[in-house]
Amino acid sequence: MTKTVTDVICPFCGTLCDDVEVVISDDGKQLLEVYNACVIGTEKFLHSQSKDRVTRPRMHQPDGTWKEVSYDEAAEYTAQMLAKAKKPLMFGWSSTNCEAQSVGNEIAEISKACCDNTAATCHGTSLIAIQDIGLPSCTLGEIKNRADRIIFWGCNPAHAHPRHMSRYSIFPRGFFTGKGQMSRKMIVVDPRVTDTAKMADIHLQVEQGRDYELLNALRVAFRGEWLPDVVAGIPKEKIRETADLCKSGRFGIIFFGMGVTQSISKNHNIDEAIAVTKDLNEYTKFSIMPMRGHYNVTGSGEVFAWQFGFPYSVDLTRGFARYNPGDTSTIDLLTRGEIDAMFTIGSDPGAHFPISAVKPIANMPSVCIDPHLTPTSGVSKLHVPVAFNGVECGGNCYRMDNVPIDCRKVVEPPAGMLTDEQFLIKVRDRLKQLKGAA
Amino acid sequence: MSEYLIKNGHVFDPVQGIKGDKKDIAIKDGKIVDKVSSDAKVIDAKGRTVMAGAVEIHAHIAGPKVNMGRIYRPEDKLFSCTPTKGMERMGGGYSIPTTFKTGYEYAKMGYTTAMEAAMPPLFSRHVHEEIRDTPIIDEGAFPVFGNNWFVMEYLKNNEIENTAAYVAWLLRATKGYAVKLVNPGGTEAWAWGLNCLSVNDPVPYFDITPAEIIKGLIEANEFLGLPHSIHIHPNNLGNPGNYTTTLDTLKLAEGYKAKNKFGREQVMHLTHAQFHSYGGETWANFESKAKEITDYVNRNKNITIDTGNVTLDETTTMTADGPFEHHLTELNHLKWANIDVELETGSGVVPYIYSPNISVCAIQWAIGLELALMTKDSMRCFITTDHPNAGPFTRYPRVIKWLMSAKAREAQINAFKHKDKVLSASSIGSLDREITLYELAQMTRAGPAKSLGLTHICGGLKPGMDADVVVYDFNPEKPVASPDLIEKAFSRAAHVFKNGVEVVQNGEIVSNGNKRTLWVDAKVKENPQVMRDINDKFLKFYSMTQANYEALGHHFIPNPLAIEVDATQV
Amino acid sequence: MTKNITLNLISGRSIQQGVAIEGGKEKPAYRTAAGIIELDPSDLKKLGAWKNTNVRVTSDYGSVVVKATETSQGPHPGLGFIPMGPWANSIIDPNTYSTGMPTFKGTPVKVEVAINEPVLLGIELVQKLCGVK
Repeated sequence: MTKTVTDVICPFCGTLCDDVEVVISDDGKQLLEVYNACVIGTEKFLHSQSKDRVTRPRMHQPDGTWKEVSYDEAAEYTAQMLAKAKKPLMFGWSSTNCEAQSVGNEIAEISKACCDNTAATCHGTSLIAIQDIGLPSCTLGEIKNRADRIIFWGCNPAHAHPRHMSRYSIFPRGFFTGKGQMSRKMIVVDPRVTDTAKMADIHLQVEQGRDYELLNALRVAFRGEWLPDVVAGIPKEKIRETADLCKSGRFGIIFFGMGVTQSISKNHNIDEAIAVTKDLNEYTKFSIMPMRGHYNVTGSGEVFAWQFGFPYSVDLTRGFARYNPGDTSTIDLLTRGEIDAMFTIGSDPGAHFPISAVKPIANMPSVCIDPHLTPTSGVSKLHVPVAFNGVECGGNCYRMDNVPIDCRKVVEPPAGMLTDEQFLIKVRDRLKQLKGAA
Repeated sequence: MSEYLIKNGHVFDPVQGIKGDKKDIAIKDGKIVDKVSSDAKVIDAKGRTVMAGAVEIHAHIAGPKVNMGRIYRPEDKLFSCTPTKGMERMGGGYSIPTTFKTGYEYAKMGYTTAMEAAMPPLFSRHVHEEIRDTPIIDEGAFPVFGNNWFVMEYLKNNEIENTAAYVAWLLRATKGYAVKLVNPGGTEAWAWGLNCLSVNDPVPYFDITPAEIIKGLIEANEFLGLPHSIHIHPNNLGNPGNYTTTLDTLKLAEGYKAKNKFGREQVMHLTHAQFHSYGGETWANFESKAKEITDYVNRNKNITIDTGNVTLDETTTMTADGPFEHHLTELNHLKWANIDVELETGSGVVPYIYSPNISVCAIQWAIGLELALMTKDSMRCFITTDHPNAGPFTRYPRVIKWLMSAKAREAQINAFKHKDKVLSASSIGSLDREITLYELAQMTRAGPAKSLGLTHICGGLKPGMDADVVVYDFNPEKPVASPDLIEKAFSRAAHVFKNGVEVVQNGEIVSNGNKRTLWVDAKVKENPQVMRDINDKFLKFYSMTQANYEALGHHFIPNPLAIEVDATQV
Repeated sequence: MTKNITLNLISGRSIQQGVAIEGGKEKPAYRTAAGIIELDPSDLKKLGAWKNTNVRVTSDYGSVVVKATETSQGPHPGLGFIPMGPWANSIIDPNTYSTGMPTFKGTPVKVEVAINEPVLLGIELVQKLCGVK
């Protein structure tokens, strides 16, 4: 006989679906089937129990082999590394729970480290824009119940947030949107004809990297002023049509992603997108929401903010928190050679940083906490696998709209494996001893 | 457990009617007791003021909009960072301090209990995480009900018992403390870009008026017999002429009597009354109507208020009154954040600078003080700044200085650029009342505790109560050389005890204590219809499952104090 | 003489890449999902290559061998898409221009056929570029 665990929260992306059902064996040990999750979430759950999983910490040897060590030895190496470093960096945090993030913050404070999360390569530029202009936003249920104008700008939910459109943004029949998809008009702005764009009522195939001009042109169109014939590859008639469609709605939302946060104008793109939203509030109701990537990058930002005052790129090296993106951000710290010890958790900079920022990691004392084998673990000196958060342990996470959902434990981790939080507590306690703190 | 004897201090305790007599206060096992053994540690309070720990009835210190303020205002941290030091974790933020700093700053001023003013139920986990990370002080949070779909639908049909059952369910699901209303109906209207500016404006679609929502929730609150009354931020906040809306709101409480086992006597608590006491029609002829409001409150004993004093600082406004914040950003063009919450509420955040050179700000300052000075019963008027809306809570000592010293007020008035306008638009120039220490204890300790239904637990120094005791370096028998010394004395207490543990000594943190999260566990008769309605809305309209909404595990509330209410026999 | 074309390179998520990273970045499925460059059919033609041919993609910041596939999310002539991952990140513009954010989208690249050069596995590629065994 099998058991079904319901209301499971999927720990992959910022959509944070919480209606997943996992069928487990009667003894509660085996994950058998996953329902309702998208193909990525399903893979995450099912693969967590693969036979080739690494279950113990291991140290990288000079000859390229790995030597297994105990968790205590791993905690010792980590604590020593942080205690001795002049400017350690603790990066990642996005694929673990808030309880672990909180212990991590204690460690960063004691060791006077820089700490940062994956917003550094994702929505960091959105945060900079929000700090300039603000953020008119709402929760995803508001979209489900009210929104009739949906814009996806520089993002491709069909691939990156697969159930977003069915759970919140396009298909659901909400309180005021009983006709589901038929109640809504969809606009996609993307230089490619993405699988998301193929569903759109209007696809603006913008010239890559020129979103700023198009956003600005929309603001001009709202006011009915003069436009050049073509802006960013889009004819002015199409721009006006889009502007009118936005104004004619009764509740609109702009979802945006890496297409605008990572292309050349970066935070200025987001600033302009938020300005578009603010402008639209003079005609109707409009909100804007970043499509957060990792399932708990939002949580990391929240915990950093309520404990240190800033959402990412926090420098604690002077005993109080400082923040200056471009100066205190991870990529720049690494490429300028300012870091002398690297601690990675809940993320994979080895795969997702430009290679010039990965090379320094390979040349310094480094620890990688990750249940998977990754390029980061491949270049770190110590790899500490841990339980999968959201599968093998619970803990609070924050969805892309900042709503907190407490992830569930579905099965036990492999025997003898620790969770992030448990390992971090070991590191913290040892570090306190080394630093002679109370 | 430890015994302490605080000897020879001048005690101000409205719970026992002690008005400055020299008295010893004995602490044992976390409670105030009649006497202790000779092993007790003696604290010399000679020439000093002794009061119970202060009770903050309304501040925005934990939750999503507070943190949004922190995230989007890195500049708030400039010049206000405190380093890791001894027991203290590092802190930062002037108008929106980080959670560690919040706990330390409250404790250092002698505050031992604080209520988070507005908790969006969907985000209760976030509120509790921040409460958990705020050291020393006991806290509770008020879930918001005034724009809640369940409440509006039940009250449209006048279903009080169903409303009460839903309130009880939501208080339990979110571990909330009281029934909060913010711009009732108006924030739901704001989800369509609209608002309700009077108590009779119907809410779009739901077709219920704010008056009906308010009355219905008063009735549900008294049906349950909750420790606190409804706590209301009325419609039309911040607009010239809004005092009429405020009076309309207050009048809705007429005829209702408080029904509860906690000693509470009010049926409505009007919060940050300063923002709701405006006359005039435009900013040009903006004037104070504090007298009209206090006249009403003085005559109607079933109301309590808190002031919402403006402190003349650069600060950050944040409220569940979403439409107001949009209006404010249109006024001052500073960055605007907005978070509408499905089925429940909304919120907005906008920075604001209360400049002494702007006459409107100066008049707002006057109004906050007038409210305190013109209210006759200090057990029904409490000091707040609606932190951080009218100013940071760290300015309480300054507000106290203004209230206790007419000279300090005069100095501030003389420093205003538009002094004449302030004097003609308010009566602050003619008020020479100076709040006494006893009245201060009423307005910051016994009064708020009684209003919250916590009279048996905190706000006083009666044996049996929690040993939350504060010693200030302020000698009531010596004339004050300068009003600034009042501010200094109340900024840093000499000693603070929380539940019998010394947490502050000479203005420094010496222990984190063992803070508790206060919440109200109201039991009602089983109500299958309400449970069905809840199931239904989660299935159809919420973006989270019901099981996940209700999951509030131990790690969010490590040390709960549940106030039990039995409403099954009603 | 090798024919080459210049393109604007962008990088981002694909659902196959998402599945592959959860399956394990050491596995061939990751290379199949992210060790590719999606090209518009007109660009493949200009390059003179059949789809599923290995190509070398070079920018001012590095050079990498990936498999050229025909895009399923086009047309997008002039634009090349390498899913996020170490192959893309060996050549995209690492400059943050003081924002902290590298320029993952919008790097000019040169693409030429490299039929006999292998596409490395994910972890292997990063270790090689970092000089780690």
